[in-house]
Amino acid sequence: MAQAATVLGIFSHVDTTVRAINALRGRGLSDFSVYTPIPVDEIEEAVDHGKPVSRVRLFTLIGGLTGTATGFFLTIWSSLKWNLVTGGKPIVSIPPFVIIAFELTILFGGLCTLLGLLFLGRLPKLRRSSNYDPRFTVDRFGIEVRCPAAMAETARQVLRETGAQEVRA
Amino acid sequence: MSAVAEPTYADVNQAVLRTLEPPRNAYYGWMSLIGFVLATCLFTAWTAQIYYGIGMTGKRVPQMWALYITTFVFWIGIGHAGTLISAILYLFRARWRTSIYRAAEIMTVFAVMTAGLFPLVHLGRMWFGYWLIPYPNQRYLWPNFRSPLLWDVFAISTYLTISAVFLYVGMVPDIAAIRDSSTGWRKKIYGVLALGWEGSDHQWRHYRRAYGLFAALNTPLVVSVHSVVSWDFAMALVPGWHSTLFAPFFVNGAIFSGFAMVMVLILPMRKYFNLYPYIQDKQLDAMGKLILATSLVLSYFYACELFTSWYSADHFEKASMFWKHTGTYAWALYLMYFCNSLSPLVLFSRRARTHPTTLFIVSIFVLIGMWFERFNIIVPSLAHDFYPATWGIFKPALTDTAIVVGSFAWFFFLFLGLIKLMPSVSIVEVKETIPHPVSERGHH
Repeated sequence: MAQAATVLGIFSHVDTTVRAINALRGRGLSDFSVYTPIPVDEIEEAVDHGKPVSRVRLFTLIGGLTGTATGFFLTIWSSLKWNLVTGGKPIVSIPPFVIIAFELTILFGGLCTLLGLLFLGRLPKLRRSSNYDPRFTVDRFGIEVRCPAAMAETARQVLRETGAQEVRA
Repeated sequence: MSAVAEPTYADVNQAVLRTLEPPRNAYYGWMSLIGFVLATCLFTAWTAQIYYGIGMTGKRVPQMWALYITTFVFWIGIGHAGTLISAILYLFRARWRTSIYRAAEIMTVFAVMTAGLFPLVHLGRMWFGYWLIPYPNQRYLWPNFRSPLLWDVFAISTYLTISAVFLYVGMVPDIAAIRDSSTGWRKKIYGVLALGWEGSDHQWRHYRRAYGLFAALNTPLVVSVHSVVSWDFAMALVPGWHSTLFAPFFVNGAIFSGFAMVMVLILPMRKYFNLYPYIQDKQLDAMGKLILATSLVLSYFYACELFTSWYSADHFEKASMFWKHTGTYAWALYLMYFCNSLSPLVLFSRRARTHPTTLFIVSIFVLIGMWFERFNIIVPSLAHDFYPATWGIFKPALTDTAIVVGSFAWFFFLFLGLIKLMPSVSIVEVKETIPHPVSERGHH
């Protein structure tokens, strides 16, 4: 974005934050980030409006299925490598192998969920956003609007009107 | 939520930050005492056992499992309540759990780490422990996947990994909150651990989804882990072990003992950190009810065990059960009945459920009872199996007793250390249970 400006509004209430998000959308300012100390359903609904569900679950699914496949492959393949009959049981005894496959499903599923979270959430984030305020982890809600410089005044006005306690830049 | 003044968001941050202030002398005193027990009991005894050999312990044929496996099962069980509170009750949206779940989750990770010591201690030549891991080697040997002991390896290492990941992921937004209110090198360390968390909508969106998935993965995992541990016994033909009852019996017992340990940890923590506004009677009451419910289920299982061994009409089963109630170890069995089935009955009274001292004492009884339950499963069953020629009584020696005592020191040392470094109460989740801040103008 050439000629970009960022405007930050700091709110101390959930309802004013939601109102600001909707008002910004109404003015065609839809490129913004919202910082919250806790996940709030109302804010999430207002922000995620129209966005697809997080794809983390895809990572979990793929990880889990990989785990299941790995579990069965490892147990069956390695048992066939050394055909030693123990306890009169078949070389490829599926019931006990299910346990290994199950545990690996959870293990791989969990680790892939972690990877998914890091990858999709773009973590670790090496630098704080320039507008980040330490109060966002205590009790303040922040809306950071990115817009063309010409629109900055509108954004500032919207934030102030909807009840921002502080409007910056 | 409660009659007292509702804490604000900032109060929650303050309360949790206060828990991280430099400890007072009493705290160091306890840490030193526990550290001393850890060094003398666990490390010295284990070193002696490695140097002189496994004969230092009281283990003799047929009592080759004895105290180590008893304590291993005990510690694995302790971990289960933490996962129940952090994952299963999360899925059930039980809001009372928010202030205690972090401590319970920390307990889980450390309990599993403590349990993990015992297979190694028990190996004797523990430097060969890596043979349990399937990896391509020059001997072309693979572990026997039909052995329950190998299922254990997979179940417990998965449990430790996933619990640790779940604990850490849950802590990230809280660590960010601590980062934002600390200075100097502490800020740097917390900054690295917080992964640059800012609480932006983008981060929360993926975080919430991932957190729910972790909880969903952890739920079947926790049930599987103690089931697998129970199959170490149930898959063997020893009378008193070979039963399909074992998996639910173990899982329930695990949760029961774990709740007792949560109580033993959070009651002093609440007092020392002054967390009364967050850990209230409601939490204690709910925990008390869970201890009572799991105790009743456990008593039912005890009755089932007696019934199935009689109804089996199997001579060895009946003889084993009769000997357990009348033989050398009968005192341990009656102690277990008293601790696990009788003592929690006081929790039928609401006053007892909200009375910290009563809860603490009942929890200690439960922990003793549950340790002896595992003892009663392992030692008397092996002492009196099929052939009189293989019968044998177990007498603990100094080395194995010291290692068992040391494992408690190891656990409490880790726990006391971490709660001074990391938020032991979830800042984010406690805030979620407080009504959102809404403007004066209100809704219009």
